[in-house]
Amino acid sequence: MQQASRAAISDYLGAMRASDLLHPRPEGLYCPPGDFFIDPVRPVSRALITHGHSDHARSGHRSVLATQQTLDIMGLRYGEGFAGTTQAAVLGEAIALNGVSVTFHPAGHVLGSAQIAVEHQGTCIVASGDYKRQGDATCEPFEPIKCDVFITEATFGLPVFRHPPDTEEIGRLLKSAAQFPERSHLIGAYALGKAQRVMRLLRDAGYDRPIYIHGALAKLSDYYQSQGIDLGMLEPATVESSGKDDFTGAIVVGPPSAFADRWARRFPDPISCFASGWMRIRQRAKQGGVELPLIISDHADWDELTATIKETGAEEIWVTHGREEALVRWCELEGIAARPLHLVGYEDEGD
Amino acid sequence: MNRFAELLDRLVLTPSRNGKLTLLTDYFRSVEDPDRGLALAAITGDLSIAAVKPAMLRTLVIERMDPVLFRYSYDYVGDLAETVSLVWPQSSADIPNHAPTLAEVVAKLQAASRSDGPKVLARLLDSASISARFAIIKLVTGGLRIGVSARLAKQALADLGGVDITEIEELWHGLAPPYTELFAWLEGKAEKPRKTALALFRPVMLSTPVGDGDLEKLDPADYAAEWKWDGIRVQAVCEGGVRRLYSRTGDDVSGAFPDFGEAMNFSATLDGELLVGDPLQATGTFSDLQQRLNRKSVTPKIQQQYPAFMRCYDVLQIGDEDLRPLCFRERRGRLEAFVKSLDPSRFDLSPLVEFTDWQALEELRRKPLHPVIEGVMLKRWDSPYLAGRPKGPWFKWKRDPHTVDAVLMYAQRGHGKRSSFYSDYTFGVWSGPEGSEELVPVGKAYFGFTDEELRQIDKYVRDNTIERFGPVRSVRADREAGLVLEVAFEGLNRSTRHKSGVAMRFPRISRLRWDKPAAEADRIETLQALLDS
Repeated sequence: MQQASRAAISDYLGAMRASDLLHPRPEGLYCPPGDFFIDPVRPVSRALITHGHSDHARSGHRSVLATQQTLDIMGLRYGEGFAGTTQAAVLGEAIALNGVSVTFHPAGHVLGSAQIAVEHQGTCIVASGDYKRQGDATCEPFEPIKCDVFITEATFGLPVFRHPPDTEEIGRLLKSAAQFPERSHLIGAYALGKAQRVMRLLRDAGYDRPIYIHGALAKLSDYYQSQGIDLGMLEPATVESSGKDDFTGAIVVGPPSAFADRWARRFPDPISCFASGWMRIRQRAKQGGVELPLIISDHADWDELTATIKETGAEEIWVTHGREEALVRWCELEGIAARPLHLVGYEDEGD
Repeated sequence: MNRFAELLDRLVLTPSRNGKLTLLTDYFRSVEDPDRGLALAAITGDLSIAAVKPAMLRTLVIERMDPVLFRYSYDYVGDLAETVSLVWPQSSADIPNHAPTLAEVVAKLQAASRSDGPKVLARLLDSASISARFAIIKLVTGGLRIGVSARLAKQALADLGGVDITEIEELWHGLAPPYTELFAWLEGKAEKPRKTALALFRPVMLSTPVGDGDLEKLDPADYAAEWKWDGIRVQAVCEGGVRRLYSRTGDDVSGAFPDFGEAMNFSATLDGELLVGDPLQATGTFSDLQQRLNRKSVTPKIQQQYPAFMRCYDVLQIGDEDLRPLCFRERRGRLEAFVKSLDPSRFDLSPLVEFTDWQALEELRRKPLHPVIEGVMLKRWDSPYLAGRPKGPWFKWKRDPHTVDAVLMYAQRGHGKRSSFYSDYTFGVWSGPEGSEELVPVGKAYFGFTDEELRQIDKYVRDNTIERFGPVRSVRADREAGLVLEVAFEGLNRSTRHKSGVAMRFPRISRLRWDKPAAEADRIETLQALLDS
């Protein structure tokens, strides 16, 4: 029975147009009729970029099509000459590329992040990039798009990943800050998206003291503020601006790598915190020496992944980076055709 | 339940002792009765709940989800309790309006019969949050493993009430969960609970090692000397027919020594060394004694082969009379008279060692008359019995070779016959300021133990592995838990190759200190002092 349905799927895959419309190449996901790549990992002639994280948005393409915010973020990270030409995509507005219609829709991942709907001769594929469904005041919420094929990430594609409400996590952070007023709390958070989301969550929870930030966060945080996302007062966490005592009771945000660095020595008896979906697994926290794990993720958890797959109504699911195996298994149990795409070059660990 | 779950989550990731104490005292301060007392009991191991086997847990979860997805999940997480807590399917209809309290959860678990236990557990998991599910599973599978010893929990209680820990230890065995009267006292809302229970533990008096130059300042006439016997320190308490044998940290070890317990037919509190053999004939070695340690039950054969007896060196109470305020000379007199009334095959008196000056004592210390003697003890004639480790009244002066109590940090598999055993041990001693001590490795040893001990250590290593690096495992070793190894060595060299700055000559494991808390292992300063001498 299972064998028969497998055979049926592979017949269908062989005959269908979806894989003619988009399929993996070493550079990334390629659309032959439109002659463009989505999130290519090597320089190409035309690239469509879902969001500004460095494994998806690379420099050196001849032309780049992305949301204005993603283009701005790439400019901040790589400098103005990061691509030959750029074109801003407006959310919800279709653009024709060699007769293929592409439309950007919000993905809810980080500021400027988008899913890309590719339509041609009656077939619609949505490449969702990275996405999440939990609310986030720093970006537009994810919109489910009806499609024939939905391409989903699977960073947290295991039933063990269940993200709690982010407000609960921030509540635990503030409780710890009150319990240990003589220590500082160092929060590891990725420089684009997570860091600003954590800061915004702190503000929404009523935290009104200055938040100290690592230098690597400054430009992007300024950009978020310029886009109308209020992060409150941010101060550089530099020794020049303050002595050791001044960080007593402080909340400091920086990229996770900085905390293993000598940079972190300036803080009094710090409690190391890490804002990431990986913090759901105790051993991950333990191995990383994290004392206060904050389960705050910019990726969909298991329940969000499975709910989203159902909402899109897609007949077929292509699974990209992460734990594809379990999500494909779930689709099988649900009677939805699914296969892993085996794209290379994306971090399946970043969050 | 959620607050208890949160406490467990924080404790397991908080390495510093002070951090743990803050978390515990905050919890005890902010959570009401009876939840906090039940949490305390869970931490100290005094909460009795019928155990659920891991296999049953697995069965319960497989009934509720796809086995393949469960396998992927378990393979990824690696810990059954954690996996089940995460993947347990929960429909929004299951979520109750009010989260169950720890007391409600404990009551349901305790009321469950053996046959409906799994069903009760499943219903509780249905109604709990992820963290609470993890905590519930930990409660029913036994052993929280959160890096908090009973002693640390008692220290947190002492901090909460601003009292000395010895007051808590003294009361402890007379109290029962949920400890309402204890918390009321600590919060100043009630009188100190009266010692209504019989045969309670009295906090013991400890000695400090003789350091260089210490003796020159002391007058030999002020001190009594005794042999330092190589057994385990115990306190035998009999009161109103209740008999208890305590370890020096106040754990009740009566169960392992039923033969000795039968001879405890008096009304007093005695302090002494537990040894094996016949006091009138021959005293067994420490490795003989080890045949009796760390056993839940003990066979008649072992009892006969290695009979336990107590070599008494102090008396804290006789009848209703508390003797601790008396000076050592007076207590000694009472002890000598009292021991005569006891079964001579189970109790004898630790003899005093006559000496005129330190030089003479040094001779005796170097050539003790019995291999089970590991040095001499010095006790001020005029000292009362004080809880804790006051410096001055009691000294221990061990014989050569040098030994150090180190904590096992890494174990490596051996070769050849030992290839299936973790037989090469790297051990460390404490360094760093109080409150944030860290172990620093000081040496490696792979002999000195018997084959039976090797099997025991190997099991310990496998049960307490934290990380694996090829053939090497790092074992749990922190202030709260760890295996203390007494390492004997012939001398110490300075070393630039080792982080600790010292290298041992001819180190070997001289014995396994299953009885010694890891936090009481030696500090690096002890070794550095040897270098300087």
